[in-house]
Amino acid sequence: MKKTYEIEVDCANCANKMEEAAKNTKGVANAVVNFMALKMIVDFEEGADEKAVMKEVLKNCKKVEDDCEIYL
Amino acid sequence: MNKKQKKMLMRIIITFIIMIALYFLKKFLDESIKEPFWFILYMIPYFIIGHDILKKAFKGIINRQVFDECFLMAVATVGAIALALLTKSGDYTEAVAVMLFYQVGEFFQTYAVRKSRKNISELMDIRPDYANVIRDGIPVRVDPSEVSKGEIIEVNPGEKVPIDGKVVEGKTTLDTAALTGESVPRTVNPGDDIISGCVSLSGVVRIETTKDFGESTISKILELVENSSSKKSKSENFISKFSRVYTPAVCYGALALALIPPIVLLVLGQSPVWTKWIYRALTFLVISCPCALVISIPLTFFAGIGGASHEGILVKGSNYLEAMAAVKYLVFDKTGTLTKGVFEVTGIHQAVMDDDELLKIAAHTECKSSHPIAKSIISAYGKDIDDKNVSDIEELGGYGITSSYSGMNVAVGNSKLMDKCGVAYDPCPECRGEGTTAHISLDGKYAGHIVISDRIKDGIENLSSMLKKAGVRKTVMLTGDSEEVARAVADRLHIDEVHAGLLPGDKVDLVEKLLSEKNEGDKLAFVGDGINDAPVLRRADIGIAMGSLGSDAAIEAADVVIMDDDPRKVARAIEISRKCLRIVYENIYFALGIKGICLLLGAVGIANMWMAIFADVGVMVIAVLNAIRALKGVKK
Repeated sequence: MKKTYEIEVDCANCANKMEEAAKNTKGVANAVVNFMALKMIVDFEEGADEKAVMKEVLKNCKKVEDDCEIYL
Repeated sequence: MNKKQKKMLMRIIITFIIMIALYFLKKFLDESIKEPFWFILYMIPYFIIGHDILKKAFKGIINRQVFDECFLMAVATVGAIALALLTKSGDYTEAVAVMLFYQVGEFFQTYAVRKSRKNISELMDIRPDYANVIRDGIPVRVDPSEVSKGEIIEVNPGEKVPIDGKVVEGKTTLDTAALTGESVPRTVNPGDDIISGCVSLSGVVRIETTKDFGESTISKILELVENSSSKKSKSENFISKFSRVYTPAVCYGALALALIPPIVLLVLGQSPVWTKWIYRALTFLVISCPCALVISIPLTFFAGIGGASHEGILVKGSNYLEAMAAVKYLVFDKTGTLTKGVFEVTGIHQAVMDDDELLKIAAHTECKSSHPIAKSIISAYGKDIDDKNVSDIEELGGYGITSSYSGMNVAVGNSKLMDKCGVAYDPCPECRGEGTTAHISLDGKYAGHIVISDRIKDGIENLSSMLKKAGVRKTVMLTGDSEEVARAVADRLHIDEVHAGLLPGDKVDLVEKLLSEKNEGDKLAFVGDGINDAPVLRRADIGIAMGSLGSDAAIEAADVVIMDDDPRKVARAIEISRKCLRIVYENIYFALGIKGICLLLGAVGIANMWMAIFADVGVMVIAVLNAIRALKGVKK
């Protein structure tokens, strides 16, 4: 299951870090951050609760780059 | 500029003013004023400009995300201040300046990225904002998604068509430039299909919607464009991997530079000059920021994809744009790709009467048939059919049609029909391989024949030379059509290799064979109309579909979609991708080259921290400006 989220982040390197953090979150099969379009495309693992997973993703992203935002 | 950026600009200006003031203050004030007076004064601009960097660096350490540019900047500037305190030089300007210029660079970068993001989205701004739906006889302005299938919408001059449909009332000319890059307006009349995203130019039309907004062409395209560049190219992946290795490597390098030379000097019994080496190590850190690379490469691809879609070429991801640049083998499908896919009367030969008169007789005979050949003859005739004059129409499957027209016995059909009717005919030297022939006989006598063929698209005669110029080594045409017809098309277009009489499965096999024969780095692209070519489109390195405006299958199966079905756009797409890639490599070599030189100069002590920060910001500015060039495409 794939979902697209709008994000807010300032630099390309930070976007890469967010992508890495999202990928390593439990319940996320794959994640791609598109810095230029300011979008995060998350591919959830089967049976994952997206809302709960996205909360974790946001937490992990904030950890690596506190100046970022994901509009859930 | 948003709030955040305005605040940043203010911080930059204030810091700059304070620094100038401090410079003069230091010049005119008595030397006798002692520390920590200057230290405290200089810390004011330092914190104004750098507090967020310091905070981020600190948070990074806590969250075990040590190696980022904030960390580099924080260590470098704090280190420089500590050195100034230690050596009692009182030179704090350098640390503040490094922070200041770093922020100026960041500011510029954010500004440039936002600006180009806006430009590119404006370029692709084809989303209709509203629809005028007719409810109870009055046009009501609603969101396009609220209109259901089968409702009537009104489009006024200057408005975008919001939803796919059929014109039921009025006529207008349409500007399809946003979708196809084609500048010649297209005229639509009642009964014609109309696709969303076009702009009505001259008249008011009412349209019966045939699709929901979400299913309409425009939504499909927007979805595609917005999700493009999410598929990352090799160069982008290289850079993100690179920066993950690079930053820690530079940090350890700096540490080594600070420790090893003094220790060696100490062992050799000389003065270790710790401060000198620490200073060099700090300079090293400032130079090492990977921003220029990290930002410019996705920006280039984004701009390239944006520029291409402006010309009616939709690329589904940076990886495909990258692969396009290496296309050496181009395989075309014939029907619908190189030819119009519509049968047309292309010649009337050996007629015993006026061509128009013959066409009239044939059209009347064929008037009840739905065979594609009959349709093309009727449309070539173009005038009203008066079916009172025709009687006894008999369709003989696989042969043709016979009828009685104005008292004459007419037979229109293939050579088998002529043989069957016992009509003698001569093989025509003029129309070999041209297409399908419909012979006509009147009262048992041969009266000539009409040639119907699938026309080659207009203006593509020099397609091969355009492609060769764009770097394609070999062009191949695949078709299910007969050898003769295929040859005729291939000769006209100077296609290198032709395979005719193929079934869809054979096409896959042939593409597999070509794929196995080519060199490792070369790419093979297949261009087709996307509906029955889906397996081949998927199998090729790059599948290019003729969008045939509105064909979902084409848009989904392919990696690149040519919106206006013009095969010349394939050459354009290759040119754009090559330019894009050239810029990417320019930036990689340029940024890495300059950084390498500066790191070396910093290590041996020639470059100081000022030069380092200028190099860092300068490289980034140039790389970003260079990246934006990709938006412009290539000169036509």
